[in-house]
Amino acid sequence: MSIAPPAPPAPPAPPEAPAVAAEPLPPVDRRPLRRRRMIRAGQQVAAIALTLFMGVPVYLIALAAFSSRAELNRFPKALWPRDVSIDTMRTFLHSTGVVPSFINSVEVGIATLIVSLLIGAPAGYAIARYVFRGRDGYQLFLLTARSLPVVVLSIPLATMFLRLNIYDSVLAVTLVHAVLALPTTVLITASVFVAVPAELEEAGMVFGCTRFGAFRKVVLPLSVPGVAASSIFTFVLSWNEVLAAAILTLNNRTLPAQVLTTLPYSPVEFRFAGGFAMVVPSLVFILLMRRYLTNMWGATIR
Amino acid sequence: MVATEVRPARRSALGRAAAPYALLLPSVLFMLALFGWPVISAVQQAFTGTHGGATQNWHDMVAEPHFWQSVRNTLLLVVVLIPVQFVLAVAMALLLRERLPGRGFYFYVWSVPLAVSDLAAGLVWLSIFTDNGYLNSALGWFGVNPVEWLSYQNASTMFLAVFLAELWRATSLVLIILVSGMQMMPRDYEEAAEVFGASFWQRLRHVTLPLMRPSIQVALILRTILAFQAFAVAQALTGNEFPLLVGQTYLWFAGLNDPHVASAVALVVLGVSMLTAIGYLVMLRRPDRSQGGER
Repeated sequence: MSIAPPAPPAPPAPPEAPAVAAEPLPPVDRRPLRRRRMIRAGQQVAAIALTLFMGVPVYLIALAAFSSRAELNRFPKALWPRDVSIDTMRTFLHSTGVVPSFINSVEVGIATLIVSLLIGAPAGYAIARYVFRGRDGYQLFLLTARSLPVVVLSIPLATMFLRLNIYDSVLAVTLVHAVLALPTTVLITASVFVAVPAELEEAGMVFGCTRFGAFRKVVLPLSVPGVAASSIFTFVLSWNEVLAAAILTLNNRTLPAQVLTTLPYSPVEFRFAGGFAMVVPSLVFILLMRRYLTNMWGATIR
Repeated sequence: MVATEVRPARRSALGRAAAPYALLLPSVLFMLALFGWPVISAVQQAFTGTHGGATQNWHDMVAEPHFWQSVRNTLLLVVVLIPVQFVLAVAMALLLRERLPGRGFYFYVWSVPLAVSDLAAGLVWLSIFTDNGYLNSALGWFGVNPVEWLSYQNASTMFLAVFLAELWRATSLVLIILVSGMQMMPRDYEEAAEVFGASFWQRLRHVTLPLMRPSIQVALILRTILAFQAFAVAQALTGNEFPLLVGQTYLWFAGLNDPHVASAVALVVLGVSMLTAIGYLVMLRRPDRSQGGER
């Protein structure tokens, strides 16, 4: 331990240096290091415990969804795949209303993201590029809108849609979901457009583009990834929404509404398969979006 | 010559001033039609009815045998859930900052429930808590007799199940908001505190948490308002045995076919949410002010 490192040749050694090197160094105190290792191990254990809490339920619902009916009725159940079968999932998918509601869900999700982008992206662009009176007021309005409970909207809208004859349709659910998604869409697209330097757009205009041309040829291509992220987010919001969809539909249910309304008289295996079918998209979604997750929230929430 | 030059310039300046409003207009109209109007209409609906006077709906609402139970359950859930959830989320956010090996995987697993609906979360935990579910199976190996976790006779375990499902599902949202807040936080302050000998808890209490206040505030408001809307979790886990306020709305609308009373219950949810949000804003601003006063 007392070996002095080979001194670099160039700088002249200060006069004290040899004296220090000659003196034997005190033994290295390893306690801080050990303490740090202990903390590190503790952190790792905590992280694993939390991961188990968050991950095991997902594993168990998958296990339940892929167990045979006999296995589901057995007790005690095994916590590992003992009797794997796709019958449970198949029964679920073949139950009345499941496939149509699945299609409805996809349709509503895609329509919602189109509507909310068409209406929200221009507003996001305005917030990102212009300074104008009422800008803060508008943002506050959006935040209020986002924090309003869906229930309050759903019931009067149901009455209104009944009158307009669009109750129980993909359109009705789409409109409500678009309202729910709009604030987030505006804020996310605003943050996406802010990230595209205004200089690029100005350069486009200097070289003869119109304002819209510059937007279409310069800003739009650069903001595609962010806008895609925002669209996926909107889709998931719509995919997951239960209450408004259940209130606004009767025969043309979305998947969550279908599962919710058939819950009271559905067998256990149907519920597990339904739960799993609804969890799978979220696994994919988070996998695709994990880079964007924090950016999205970080940039949009002030 | 001069006039023709000035005019386009003026028009474009005017155009520039009007441009943001033109871009905002569709969204404002859309929100007014499908957001502003329904809220007004909900108030109207709650005070008018097919029978009785203006307060009849509210009498009916309160007279429903499960109403007060649903109020109690909702409040209890929020009061117990939110603090636990925040402690957990702060711990998770701090752990993620420690750059542990496997951090990317942890972050993935911890954020998966973010995209899980409350109905799906309820069904996921149903597979665990149901009578011959995985929890009872696991307990069986240790010789523990199966427990009827979700039976209406065991109110406390029923609450525990709903609580755990909500904790599992919604902690991710808090985590994401906190993590994104932390990313913008300079680490210099904490390092300075560490250099000057502050312990972990001192740093957390006096440096990290105050720096996180903006994101904590946003997360608290958003999360509490969402917690008041919990409904499908309980529905999936217990049927109607664990009534919640939003469940009451759904019951009045879909089950009892009375949109007026349903609107009344919805307004109760709205009122409680607004009150809590305002409460948070006041509560979380005050320390800032008093500090400013001390200086």
